[in-house]
Amino acid sequence: MTAAPWDPVATARLDRAVLERASRDCPVLHVDMDAFYASVMLRDRPDLAGVPVVIGGGQRGVVLSPSYAARAYGVRSAMPMTRARRLCPGLVVVSPDYDQFSAVSSSVMETFRQVTPQVQVISLDEAFLDVRGSLRRFSSPYAVAEHLRARIHDEQRITCSVGVAGTVGLAKLASRRAKPDGVVVVPPEEVTTFLHPLGVEELWGVGEKTAAMLHRLGLMTIGDIAHTPLPTLHRAIGVAMGTQLHELAWGIDGRTVVPRRGDDEPDKSIGADETFGRDSDDHEVILREVLRLSGKVAGRMRTAQVCGRTVTLKVRFADFTTITRSRTMAEATDVTREIYQTAADLYAALGLQRARIRLVGVRVEGLMPRTRVQRQLVLGGREHGWQEADQAVDRAVLRYGDRAVRPATLLRGDRA
Amino acid sequence: MKFRVERDVLADAVAWAARSLPVRPSAPVLAGLLIETTSDGLQLSTFDYETSARATVPADVSEEGKALVSGRLLADICRSLPAKPVEMTIEGAKVSLTCGSARFSLQTMPVEEYPTLPDMPEATGTVPSDLFANAVSQAVTAAGRDDMLPVLTGVRLEIDGSDLSLLATDRFRLSLRELGWDPGATDVSAAALVPAKVLADTAKSLTSGAEVTIALATSGAGEGIIGFEGSAGGGVRRTTTRLLDGEFPKVRTLFPTEQQTIARVDRATLVEAVKRVSLVAERNTAVQLAFTSGQLTLDAGSGDEALATEQIDADVKGADITTGFNPQFLLDGLTAMESPVVELAFTQASKPAVIVGVDGPDGEADLAFRYLLMPRRLLS
Repeated sequence: MTAAPWDPVATARLDRAVLERASRDCPVLHVDMDAFYASVMLRDRPDLAGVPVVIGGGQRGVVLSPSYAARAYGVRSAMPMTRARRLCPGLVVVSPDYDQFSAVSSSVMETFRQVTPQVQVISLDEAFLDVRGSLRRFSSPYAVAEHLRARIHDEQRITCSVGVAGTVGLAKLASRRAKPDGVVVVPPEEVTTFLHPLGVEELWGVGEKTAAMLHRLGLMTIGDIAHTPLPTLHRAIGVAMGTQLHELAWGIDGRTVVPRRGDDEPDKSIGADETFGRDSDDHEVILREVLRLSGKVAGRMRTAQVCGRTVTLKVRFADFTTITRSRTMAEATDVTREIYQTAADLYAALGLQRARIRLVGVRVEGLMPRTRVQRQLVLGGREHGWQEADQAVDRAVLRYGDRAVRPATLLRGDRA
Repeated sequence: MKFRVERDVLADAVAWAARSLPVRPSAPVLAGLLIETTSDGLQLSTFDYETSARATVPADVSEEGKALVSGRLLADICRSLPAKPVEMTIEGAKVSLTCGSARFSLQTMPVEEYPTLPDMPEATGTVPSDLFANAVSQAVTAAGRDDMLPVLTGVRLEIDGSDLSLLATDRFRLSLRELGWDPGATDVSAAALVPAKVLADTAKSLTSGAEVTIALATSGAGEGIIGFEGSAGGGVRRTTTRLLDGEFPKVRTLFPTEQQTIARVDRATLVEAVKRVSLVAERNTAVQLAFTSGQLTLDAGSGDEALATEQIDADVKGADITTGFNPQFLLDGLTAMESPVVELAFTQASKPAVIVGVDGPDGEADLAFRYLLMPRRLLS
């Protein structure tokens, strides 16, 4: 055991052998992309290197992701664009490209899965990995972390930070301290020295309200919670919360890595949604968007070679209330037309009148490999139908880009 | 209104008329059963603006008149009456029913609010009732149940001289039943789209008499409805129903004109085998039929789950063929047949198969009932 307090930043400078040894009992990795949206948008813009940039804009006008240069000016995610500009007058705004984000995200997650199947995708840009099964191929969890960082940098030209620890919660805290572009290892014997100086709000499950409550009790750091008698905590913040925080403060964390794919990855469902630039109550506009989303979803299904039977329509109204409606079709499909028809029927069944809609989404669930999908043929049916039309469109799009062929209704009001 | 009638005759007629009572009446009076007495006897009627039913019953009428009572309740009561003559009479706003020592008093509904039943269209011709019931039960096998496609929930009835054809399809299969009948007038040619459910119920319920009269107006009064009339219990049973609108697809041409493979299989053996093998066919998956010389192999299930396979004898002429069907659709067709042997004819694996009955392994195919079935295929 080292005598000096565990300094996460110092560990990054330690030599590799020490870190490898330290990470031996730390099977959980938390990998977090550094300023993901900004990094993806900027990788092809060397001219913007070092310039404060935010991803965002459009009619909504909030910052989605500031680059590290912009963060230095105090620009944060979800900040109104006007405020960001005030903080940083030279700010460059780049519009987001969600298709690219999810494509990059999918390849990154796929890279993880080549190391271990135990990948729990949390969002587009972060995931937990349990690497216990990979330690015959790699000398230590630290080696896995560096391997992944090198590959992602090499293949995607973006950087990520990795927290290596014995539990999910610690790994997450460690990755935050590894940013940007680093690795932090928290070996079991250093858990308390790492954890106790941190503020209470760093603990999993402590939001603003709980943090305020703890602060009122004079509990400022995780160490304070750890050294408060359990009965006192129970009285102050309830039995369940008290026990949970007390355990977490000592590095006891029952959560495990549960393999889970991201929302946008081809697994059980594929979906897409779109926030309107301006809330809309125009059925024509909304249905056109439903058609566009259906085409997008069906195209992704065809690429992934899957078909599905259940179509879910999501509608978010101007006041943010969100509803979803599903319908299961008689047969599994990957045909744009059929998915759109079902989604449009679901929309019609809502019977909306002048309800202003902020967002619509189309999702297909119950996916199965296309090779196993059968179709009941129809008497007198045409030999070639929408299915073949879609396949032809896919080939054209592959060659000439996604604007090459599309439904005529989508020609008007071209999206920027 | 006052009459006396045999219990069995009454119960039978009431039950028959009550069949077409609407489950959710659009107006309260439509839940009623109209009882009318004339010098000819007793008449029981129901009507929901779509389907009407009228039964005449020989009765001992002592006072003419009419009353409207809850049809459902009257049917329930008549079913449970003792085997004694029944007497019914109007007493103010109530109808009293006496049978042996049992007495019922029923609330009446306003007769004047009850709609007038449509007249029967002019009679077109007659057909033996058993034959008709059998033909209809075969034809409705393929009728659609999807209310989104109302045209396909009907049976197309085609009359051409002394030929009567019944056609039904749900887009996946097609049944065609042809039978001879006795057209009243010469050279009649007409077609009607009858709701399959009403037709099936009606044909089944009119088997007590020898004949069924089919009444269809080609123009003028009674257009848009069809009437069926049979006899039972010494009286007449008459039902009319509104025809479905819309153009029934031209389906006769869907029967293939040539065949590459013809297989004859023992019907009961095939039915049993399909039932067994399809136990492992998950919802929406096909049972696969592979015909080779002398043999039919049935397969179902997927490699990931359960698998089943069975071989049965088959007399196969022509090229080997492998194709797959929705097991329920296949069973529907096979069980609608009545002959001991069935013949399945194929052109290609992606084209429909024609199933007909054969009276024996070397017998003649019976073309009166043909069942056309589209296969299930893996996506291309």
